Amino acid sequence: MATREIAGITVEIDEDGYMADHTQWNIEMAVILAKEQEIEELTDRHYVVIEYMRKEFEENGTGPSIRKLNKQSGVSTKELYQLFPGGPAKKAAFIAGITKPHGCI
Amino acid sequence: MKKLVILGAGTAGTMILNKLEPVLDKDEWHITIVDQYETHYYQPGFLFIPFGIYNKKDVIKPKRDFFPSGVEVLFDSINKIEPKENKIILTNQKVLNYDYLIIATGCKINPDETEGLTKKGWYKNIFDFYTIEGAMGLAHFLKYWEGGKMVLNITEMPIKCPVAPLEFVFLADWWFTEQGIRDKVEISFVTPLDGAFTKPRASKVFGDFLSKKNIKLVPDFSTGSVDHENNKIISWDEKEVPYDLLVTIPTNMGDELIARSGMGDELNFVPTDKQSLLSKNHKNIFIIGDATDLPSSKAGSVAHFEADVLYDNFLSAIEGRPLRAKFDGHANCYIESGFGKGILIDFNYDTEPLPGKYPLPGVGPFSLLEETKMNHYGKIMFRWMYWNLLLRGAELPIESQMLMAGKRK
Ligand SMILES: Cc1cc2nc3c(=O)[nH]c(=O)nc-3n(C[C@H](O)[C@H](O)[C@H](O)COP(=O)(O)OP(=O)(O)OC[C@H]3O[C@@H](n4cnc5c(N)ncnc54)[C@H](O)[C@@H]3O)c2cc1C
Repeated sequence: MATREIAGITVEIDEDGYMADHTQWNIEMAVILAKEQEIEELTDRHYVVIEYMRKEFEENGTGPSIRKLNKQSGVSTKELYQLFPGGPAKKAAFIAGITKPHGCI
Repeated sequence: MKKLVILGAGTAGTMILNKLEPVLDKDEWHITIVDQYETHYYQPGFLFIPFGIYNKKDVIKPKRDFFPSGVEVLFDSINKIEPKENKIILTNQKVLNYDYLIIATGCKINPDETEGLTKKGWYKNIFDFYTIEGAMGLAHFLKYWEGGKMVLNITEMPIKCPVAPLEFVFLADWWFTEQGIRDKVEISFVTPLDGAFTKPRASKVFGDFLSKKNIKLVPDFSTGSVDHENNKIISWDEKEVPYDLLVTIPTNMGDELIARSGMGDELNFVPTDKQSLLSKNHKNIFIIGDATDLPSSKAGSVAHFEADVLYDNFLSAIEGRPLRAKFDGHANCYIESGFGKGILIDFNYDTEPLPGKYPLPGVGPFSLLEETKMNHYGKIMFRWMYWNLLLRGAELPIESQMLMAGKRK
């Protein structure tokens, strides 16, 4: 498996460039990964989403869909798109150190 | 007597009923199937209705024609399942008990999920073609339309028959050409995906088809609302696409009965083991067809491959044997590409659509990921196969597991 360095730690990444092992993740990495997604600053609201993404991943082995995020994290779809412009489910997963959600076929 | 209840008599429910009925001992098993409607719709035919290729009578038959004798048939709407009690409650309060349950209640469009979609423009200059009403309304509209901006919009994924929207724009390109007004119509394909399709190789091939046919691809567009006053769709991140005619694929969801039963995910799809097709939560409930939450396509061909697996596993389950048959996510879709041609794709959970020949390696007669006349005949023949073989649970001359033979990497 490919590896890369984030915040001074070498981590494994999958073919989509997402972290392959979410247990290697930490908050410093989130800040760096967010910048790579053109999110300059992570606010408390971003962290609400990131935490929910990680919890969901630990329970179900995959990140949630936007619909589920909206329903269960209490962050509206509109706000999700403001927080993670372009693609909340994919971007938030990238920053949260979990694999790309395979919601759609 | 042991009781098997099948909920939903659409493609999947009818198919599995016809497979199981002949092999279950009549003295031991009582089989009941429930559906709210007496008419069976051949949904793949809805695609052709807007262009006047099929009309209503080409896509309907009475459900009864497809039920074996000796089965209890109830035409009633299902209120809910009480899985802990092994019982079902119909809307008319009737209660059905079961030893085994097969859920085949499919999925349908929910246009009310999108703000503004079902307001002033609905069935005026906004249509779906996933229902008979929508397809007929659109056929009528197109007859008199003189051109303008036609926007095909997939609201959110997943949807049933994920290739149908592509087929629609390919056919529209052909149809407007035939009508002599292609130069007056601007066609756009607006999708939440990052390309024309979900899987990379096929996405590239279909993307090339779109540009060859002068259809504009607008990717990464997650529809938030419809501004029906000003005729534009607006994404959650505030991008806008104007339309004169909006052909929408609204949010697809499982039936509300699944939500009322507390058995579904956020889209009312039932959590299902992706290999055995057993419910993730109940050992005597199987799910088949569009009602599952499987990461496979929602299509009639998929339900057919699932039926082979469910058949084996059901017979194992009732005899207390381990469930050994495994569904691999196999899907096989003919894609109408216009001008009498078609494209065929064959794939599963792990293998994306690849080029090659099908079903006989090297021979065909069908070509994978390529546009041929033969593939179009495959699509046309599918309706005959559907009514005469598929629904009756007959064996088709193709394997339920996907084969790598005949495919090129
Ligand atoms: C436009 C279009 C094009 C398509 N093209 C293709 C194609 O080319 N190839 C292909 O393979 N597939 C195609 N499909 C998909 C295919 O039609 C479906 O995947 C297939 O019908 C799924 O079968 P099902 O039994 O799961 O659901 P359905 O056939 O939809 O059956 C579900 C049944 O459950 C009943 N039901 C639901 N809820 C209740 C309730 N509460 N009470 C009582 N009854 C209930 C419904 O009345 C219905 O009869 C297409 C679909 C559409 C819409």
